[in-house]
Amino acid sequence: MKYLFYGLIVLLAVVHQDFWWWDRAEPLVFGFIPISLAYQAGVSIAAACLWAAAVKYCWPEGADVDQEPVASDATSGGAA
Amino acid sequence: MNAGMLAVVVIVCYLALLLGLGVFSSRFFKGTSADYFLASRGIGPFLLLMSLFGTTMTAFALVGSSGESFKSGIGVYGKMASWSGIIHSACFFLVGIKLWSLGKRHGYVTQIQFFRDRFESDKIGLVLFPILVGLVVPYLLIGVISSGTVIQNVTAGAFPATFHYEAARLNGSVPYWLGAGVICLVVLFYVFFGGVRGTAWANAFQTIVFIVLGAVAFFAIAGELGGPVEATKLVQEYNPAKLKCTATAADRANYEEKLAAYEADQQAAIIKPQEPKSIDDLAFLMYFLIPLSVGMFPHLFQHWLTARSAKSFRLSVIAHPLMIMIVWVPCVMIGVWATSAIAHGKPVIPPNLGNPNAVLAIMVKKLTSPALGGFLTAGILAAIMSSLDSQFLCIGSIFTNDIVGHYITHEKLSDRQMVLIGRGFVVLIVAVTYFIAVQWKTTGVFPLAIWCFSGFASLFPLVFASLYWRRVTKAGAYACVLTAAAMWLYLFAQSDFGANREYLFLGMLPVTTIIALSTLALVGVSLMTSPPSPETLDKFFRPAGGRGAATASIASGALSDA
Repeated sequence: MKYLFYGLIVLLAVVHQDFWWWDRAEPLVFGFIPISLAYQAGVSIAAACLWAAAVKYCWPEGADVDQEPVASDATSGGAA
Repeated sequence: MNAGMLAVVVIVCYLALLLGLGVFSSRFFKGTSADYFLASRGIGPFLLLMSLFGTTMTAFALVGSSGESFKSGIGVYGKMASWSGIIHSACFFLVGIKLWSLGKRHGYVTQIQFFRDRFESDKIGLVLFPILVGLVVPYLLIGVISSGTVIQNVTAGAFPATFHYEAARLNGSVPYWLGAGVICLVVLFYVFFGGVRGTAWANAFQTIVFIVLGAVAFFAIAGELGGPVEATKLVQEYNPAKLKCTATAADRANYEEKLAAYEADQQAAIIKPQEPKSIDDLAFLMYFLIPLSVGMFPHLFQHWLTARSAKSFRLSVIAHPLMIMIVWVPCVMIGVWATSAIAHGKPVIPPNLGNPNAVLAIMVKKLTSPALGGFLTAGILAAIMSSLDSQFLCIGSIFTNDIVGHYITHEKLSDRQMVLIGRGFVVLIVAVTYFIAVQWKTTGVFPLAIWCFSGFASLFPLVFASLYWRRVTKAGAYACVLTAAAMWLYLFAQSDFGANREYLFLGMLPVTTIIALSTLALVGVSLMTSPPSPETLDKFFRPAGGRGAATASIASGALSDA
């Protein structure tokens, strides 16, 4: 499932390059939005749908930390 | 009351509302550094979405996008916004959630704390510190410069007896230095008193304000131009190339013809056409690298850590691309319409406009009612301030936790003193940013943003490898950071320090080369050096909730979550 999702994201990135209508404005969506801009807005909607699928099917295992924070090594820094 | 004065009144009322919000949020402040810097890790899904969106959508999203589409056409959406929708959510999902998890487990407040532990190196903090701060400051400048410019443009005519300018259209307006100064003070106030909780509340409020008012602006401006269809028709007549990504021979011929007509009779031609521009297809593709910067923004790191749980991220991951679309599409259309907008037989935007950042403000001022103009200005300022606040706070946090808190141990400083120091650094950085912004007020927002984002994006391989590649080493991390810094400085100088807006290196955006080399350095040097200790790998790669051989030690004087 995870690999299908990554594949779809790569596909979305590929179809983002909408060179096939870069040299034209028509058709104007709703009579005023150039087709390339409308298409790119569609890419944003597709991205939201894909990420919704990722949240449902590819949620990172063990992401939730239930216990209270273990104070910190934060201020101690590293060794070097 | 004239239009400029009305705009001043609305802006003042809006800023007073924010001050009130700052006072209100301060009543919930628990007095601890954990509460000041992380809101006690209690921010839920809606506030997290609003915080992350409000923080990533800077003045650049409203003022810069409309200005850039005015100059270059609709392609700016595909270059910046739709890539951002994909990549920002990817960063939240792949980087943000993991960092939140590690941050909660080990008590991190800043990125540098995480990197120091992950790379077993104290000194990497000293290397990263000037780089992160140096990159956040130009980001801050974007907001301060934009706020001063917007206020100056929309308040023209408010105080004709007091403020005089060479440009007649600005006469009587609130000076740039004053507008920018007031914005800095208001943001400073609610960050100072409310900390990250005040910032999150203000961001949520301001994000709603700028989305709603952005939509109102879009319809109001479209209405004044005869409706969106008529507004686009004007662009088709005068600047058709603005509606495309690539200018055709017909567009160039149309430009020559319109320009000749304009030069022959400016009154009759009305609009001076703009030279058609085309988007470079490789640059269009490589722009996906720019929003990777989100993975390394220190102020976003801080917001991620405020989340109540990993589940709080879900709404942000899904809704972020849609919210970008809701804000950007109207702004891009307004910018494109501005190229050819005519009101009362005159061009709305003066020909040869030097500062494209002013396009949105001029459109709002000239095409809407004075009251609406004032409200819309408040919306623009909301977008600006919702980023400024997080950036100011994060710099205060970095100074306090990574320098003072790190080198002057907690035994010597009480938690309350840490908060006080954090607040002091916020005041200092606001003052420094303000004075730089006053000196550099003509700096274009777009190139400043691109170079700033490029710098953060160049460090993305570092954070990604630290989370997903067990083999990455301390030496590899140093090599990555130093290579990115050196290449960024070299290419920034080559571009005349950002002045050359069209600068490409090897035919590509500079960020492409910087990321390629920083990744190469990271991987190459890591493979040539010894892998990290098993303890470190166990600490960062064991599943959350599991107990490995080397559980995290509890350092004395750690950040209190009490």
